[in-house]
Amino acid sequence: MLTTLHKQLLNDYQHDFPLSARPYRDIADALGVTEAEVLSAFTELNDNNFISRIGPVIPPNHIGVSALLAMSVPEQQLQTVADKISAYPEVNHNYEREHRLNLWFVVIAADAEHLRAVIEAIELDTSYPAMLLPMLDDFFIDLGFKLELNHD
Amino acid sequence: MIDARDRQLLEHIQLGLPVCARPYLEIGRLCDMPETEVLERLTKLKQQGLIKRMGVIVKHRQLGYRANAMIVWNVPDNLVKQLGGHISRFSFVTLCYQRPRQPEWPYNLYCMIHGKDKATVLKQLDQLIDACGLSAFNREILFSKRCFKQRGAVYKNTALADG
Repeated sequence: MLTTLHKQLLNDYQHDFPLSARPYRDIADALGVTEAEVLSAFTELNDNNFISRIGPVIPPNHIGVSALLAMSVPEQQLQTVADKISAYPEVNHNYEREHRLNLWFVVIAADAEHLRAVIEAIELDTSYPAMLLPMLDDFFIDLGFKLELNHD
Repeated sequence: MIDARDRQLLEHIQLGLPVCARPYLEIGRLCDMPETEVLERLTKLKQQGLIKRMGVIVKHRQLGYRANAMIVWNVPDNLVKQLGGHISRFSFVTLCYQRPRQPEWPYNLYCMIHGKDKATVLKQLDQLIDACGLSAFNREILFSKRCFKQRGAVYKNTALADG
């Protein structure tokens, strides 16, 4: 069950999380609650898996390199192939999608050479070719996602 | 530009800010950096745009946003930038990228819409198509089914180390 405080933390602190020595106290002051309440509310959001983390969003390809890959895998083998791919630490997203190309995953690596090596290893490991779709341009200005949480 | 210390700091903080009274002090301990330096470096990285945003990263699915569509378009190359810029201004769009076409995949513009259900997402897509003048271009809509893995980007120098 999400409280008003949970909802405020989810919606209002997706960007501009305080960069100060006591960020949770600053949030508490802004919301008129105590630091302890903010800390326990964030712990609850973490424990219930509602948030992935509090942290920086780094634009793609500024620090490492990344690419989207797509595979077409027969349904009965999809779980096995997906598990193999997810096991790579360089894979950070791995989704089934409703399409002939039914497996979509993102590989990130420190440099292009390593990225290529991981993709080759995955293709060898799974015996399926992967269509490589590197990012050419990023148009998105990530201001966070406005959640409508009124139904709770 | 980003230096080795920035990189080290980002490697630690991208795994998540601890939930405790002095979280930046904790991060500093992990990378042998005073709290003030952690804050200065993060502030600078944010100003430079190397941190796009700093904050809560929500899990859409767990919060009831179960429908996720990747929409791909084939648009003329000279319009990609303009259309991408327009698409990314809609609040329900959560990603917007240009990617190269492939022999059996003629699409070059990608966006993602997260919504509570498919009907909502399709309605938002119609709105997007109308507002951006996208109706003339070939497109495909790929809804997600199973999520096998999702976590933040973990950029490491030692690329094989598990995040």
